[in-house]
Amino acid sequence: MNNLVLIASVLCVMALAYQVGLTRSRALAQGPRRLHSRPGYYGVLVALWCGLPALGLLLLWSLLGPQLVEQLVIRQLPPEVLALGEREFATFMRRAAALAAGNRVSSGGSEAELAAAAHLARLDSLGRLILVAAMAVVAVAGLVHARGRVSPSLRARNQVERVIMVALAMSSAVAILTTVGIVLSMLGEALNFFRFVSPLDFFLGTTWNPRFSTSGTDSQGEFGLLPLLWGTLMVSGIALLVAIPVGLMTAIYMAEYAPPWLRNVAKPVIEVLAGIPTIVYGFFALIVIGPFLSDLGDLIGISIRTTSALTAGLVMGIMIIPFVSSLSDDIITQVPKALRDGALGLGATKSETIRQVVLPAALPGIVGAFLLAASRAIGETMIVVLAAGNNPVLHGNPFEAVSTITVTIVNQLTGDMDFASPQSLVAFALGLTLFVITLGLNVIALLVVRKYRQQYE
Amino acid sequence: MTPTSASVDHSRRRDLIEASLKRRHARERRFRRLGLGAVILGMGLVAILFASILMRGVPAFWQATFTLDVHFDPEVIRVEAKPERGPGESEADFRERHLAWQGQVGMVNWQQLLDRALMAELGEVEARQARDLRALIASGERFALRDRFIEDPDLLGQTRSLKLLASANVDVWLKGNIDRSLPDHQQQLSAQTRAWADALHDRGVITNAFSTALFLNPDSRSSLASAGLAGAFMGSLFMMLVVILLAVPLGVASAIYLEEFAPRNRLTDLIEININNLAAVPSIVFGLLGAAIFIGYLGLPLSAPLVGGLVLTLMTLPTIIIATRAALRSIPGSIRQAALGIGASRVQTVFHHVLPLALPGILTGSILGVAQALGETAPLLLIGMNAFVANVPGTPLEQSTALPVQIYLWQGNELRNFFEARTSAAIIVLLGLMLSLNALAIWLRKRFETRW
Repeated sequence: MNNLVLIASVLCVMALAYQVGLTRSRALAQGPRRLHSRPGYYGVLVALWCGLPALGLLLLWSLLGPQLVEQLVIRQLPPEVLALGEREFATFMRRAAALAAGNRVSSGGSEAELAAAAHLARLDSLGRLILVAAMAVVAVAGLVHARGRVSPSLRARNQVERVIMVALAMSSAVAILTTVGIVLSMLGEALNFFRFVSPLDFFLGTTWNPRFSTSGTDSQGEFGLLPLLWGTLMVSGIALLVAIPVGLMTAIYMAEYAPPWLRNVAKPVIEVLAGIPTIVYGFFALIVIGPFLSDLGDLIGISIRTTSALTAGLVMGIMIIPFVSSLSDDIITQVPKALRDGALGLGATKSETIRQVVLPAALPGIVGAFLLAASRAIGETMIVVLAAGNNPVLHGNPFEAVSTITVTIVNQLTGDMDFASPQSLVAFALGLTLFVITLGLNVIALLVVRKYRQQYE
Repeated sequence: MTPTSASVDHSRRRDLIEASLKRRHARERRFRRLGLGAVILGMGLVAILFASILMRGVPAFWQATFTLDVHFDPEVIRVEAKPERGPGESEADFRERHLAWQGQVGMVNWQQLLDRALMAELGEVEARQARDLRALIASGERFALRDRFIEDPDLLGQTRSLKLLASANVDVWLKGNIDRSLPDHQQQLSAQTRAWADALHDRGVITNAFSTALFLNPDSRSSLASAGLAGAFMGSLFMMLVVILLAVPLGVASAIYLEEFAPRNRLTDLIEININNLAAVPSIVFGLLGAAIFIGYLGLPLSAPLVGGLVLTLMTLPTIIIATRAALRSIPGSIRQAALGIGASRVQTVFHHVLPLALPGILTGSILGVAQALGETAPLLLIGMNAFVANVPGTPLEQSTALPVQIYLWQGNELRNFFEARTSAAIIVLLGLMLSLNALAIWLRKRFETRW
C-alpha cells in the first residue's frame, strides 16, 4: 500500500509540474516569438521530466531492493546460521521476514531470528527513506531542468509524441512477453520434471499412475502421456463429429438459404451459445446429458457411464458448433458471387452449386476453421473435468470414462503448490505438450486461411 | 424415318431429363431441409440448455424459511452491558473491552434460544429428540442471532419475530427434491424431523421465502443452507476491476500502435502472428503461466483476486487487441487524410479524430473481452482460487473465489439434492451478468454503429 501512496504523490507532483510548464509557456507566448507547440504540450513535457525518472526509481527499487536488503542481512548473520542446510536456511529467512513485518511466528522466534529481523526491518526502513528522498530529488531536479528548457524553439510536441509512441510500442510488447513467459515457464518447469522422469517414459509411457505427491520419498509414480493423449483425442474426435456436420450445415443454410429475418434471429442466438462459460456446459453435461445417455444406453442394452468420453464429447461438440458455424459462414460468404452465378447459369440447382462449386472453393478456409475448432476442443478444460470421469486408462470404449491432458493438469496442480515434486511439475510438461499441439494446429490453420484469403483478394 | 426417330429420341431425352430433374430437385429439398434441421438443432440445444438450468435453478431462489418468535431471554444471555467508550479511554483499550464483550456474547448458548422458539411451536420436546429438533434450522442461524444481538444489545429481554433459514435437508424435503417414499435409513432427516417439518409447513411457520442468503452470504460449509454468492461475487468484481484497469488500456494501446504506427517489418509481423496465436492458446495454459510466474517466481499470494485478475488480463488481451484493431480499421482513411492535411501530427490525428470515432467498436470489444474473462474457470483453479473461503474479501489481495469457480465447487458438494438447485441458481446469476454485458455490447454497437 505504501507504494500506492508514493505513486499517488508522484502523480500529484506531476500535476503541479504540468501547471508550472503551462504557466511558463503561456508567459513566453506573450513574447515576440511564436511557440513551436501549444502550451499544453510544454506542460506535459515538464510533467514527464518530473515524474518518469521518479517512477523509474520506484520500479528499480521494487525489483532490486528486497534482494539487496536480504544480501546485506545475510552478510551480518552469525556463522552457525549460515551453516544451515538450504531448506532450513530458507525457513530461517522466511521467519525473520515475517518477524520484521510485525507478524508473530510459531514458538516466538530464536535470538538469531530476532536479531536478523531487527536488522532487516532497520535496513528496509532506511532503504525506503533513501528511496523517497531520491525520488523527491529527482522529481524536483527534473522539474527545474525542464522548466529551464521551456523556450519558444523547444519542440515540445515532438518530444511528448515520442514518449507516447514508446509507451504504445511497449504495450504491444506485453503480448510478446506473455508468449515468452508461457514458453519459458513451461519449458523451465518441464525440464525440471524431466530430471525426475525421462522424456521417453513420459511421451511413450502407456501407464498413468502418479501416486501421491509426497516429495522426498522414493515412490516414483509412472507418468505415461499416451492414455491422456488418447483420451484427449477421443473426446475431441467425438466433439468434432458432432460439431462439424451441424456447424457446417448451419453455416451453409445461414449463408445461402436463410431469409434475412431468420438470419437476424439465429445469428445472435448462436453467438450467445458461444459466450456461455464452459463450466455451465460442464454442469449441463453432468446433470442432463450424462443421465440421459445413461438411460438411453439402458434402453438399447449398452452400458454407458454417466461421465464418459461420449458425454463430454457430445457437450463439447455443442459448445464448438457456434465456433465452426460462424467461421465457416464468414468463409462461405467470401466466395465470389461470380462462381455461384456461373454454376447456376449452367443449370445447376442451388444445392449442386453449393456442393460442387462453393464448398470446393471454400475448402481450404473451412479446413482451417475445423483445425481451429479442433485446437479449441483439445484445450477445453471444464467440460472434461466435470463430465469425462477422470479415468486415465488406455482403452477404446467411448462409453467408458477417460481422462485428458487438461483434466490431469487441473488434478495435479490444484491443492498443494509444491514446485519440487514430479507430481506437480508434470502439469507443466503436460501444459507444454498441450501448448505445442494447439500452437501447431493454429499455425497450420492460420496459414491455410491466409492462403485462401489471398486466393480471392 | 429420321424425324420419327428424332422425335422418339427427343421424347426419351425429355423423359430422362425430367426424371433426373425430379431427382435433383428432391435432392435439393433434402439438402435444404438438412440445413434447416441443423439450425433448428442448434437453437433447440440452446433452448434445452437454458430450460434445464432455469427449471432447476429458479426454485433455489426461494428457500424454506421459518418465521419464529425468538425471545432474547436474559436468563440465557447472561452478559454485561455493551461497553461504552468512557471519557479519556484510549481507542485501543476500548477495542479490547469491546472484543472481550464480544467473546462473552459468543459464549452464550444461542442454540437454546432457537430450541425454545421451536418448542413454543411444537410443544415440549424430550431431551433425546434434541438432535432431531436441531436438524430443522440451519446451523448458521445461531450465529446470525448472535450478530443481531451484537448490533443491537437492546434486544435483551425482548421477543422478536425473526426469519430464520431452515436447514438444507429440510429445504430438500419440503421441495420434494428427495424421494419421500425412501426408507428411513436412506433419508437425511429422521422421521421425527420430517414430521415436524411437514407440520410446521402446514401451519405456515415454514414458508418458501425469497432467499436473500444466496446473495448476501459468503460460502459456508458448516451451514449449507446459508451458503451464498457474496464472496465469489466480490472476488469476481475485483478481478474484473483488474482486467478493466490493465487489459483495456494495454490492449487498446497496443492495437493503436500495431494498426496506426508500427512500421511494416518482420518484428511487427511477428507481434501480429503472436497475438493471433495467443488468442487461441487454451485458457488453462494461462493458468499454468500464472502458477509458475506470479505465484512460483514473484511470490504473490495464492487465491488472491489480484493474481486471478492478472492471469485473466493476459488471457483477454488478445481479444481486446483484435477487436480494437478491427474497430480502427473500419474508420475510413479519408478521416486521417483530412486531419493530416490541415497539419495535425500523426499522434494528434489518431487521438483526436480516429480514436473517438472508433470508440463504440473498442468499447464493444472490451466488454465482450471482460465478459469472457468473467466466465473463465480453468486458469483460476491453478492459482488456488478454488480454496474454500468463508468470508467476503475486502481487498484484491485477500483470499477469495470467483463466480464460475463457486459453481465448480458447489456442483461437487456431497449434498447433491440441495446443491444441484443452488448451483443452477448460481449459474443463472452468472449467465444473467454475462448476458447483460453482452446485451450492453450489442446495444452499444447498434446505437453508435456508423456505416462509412
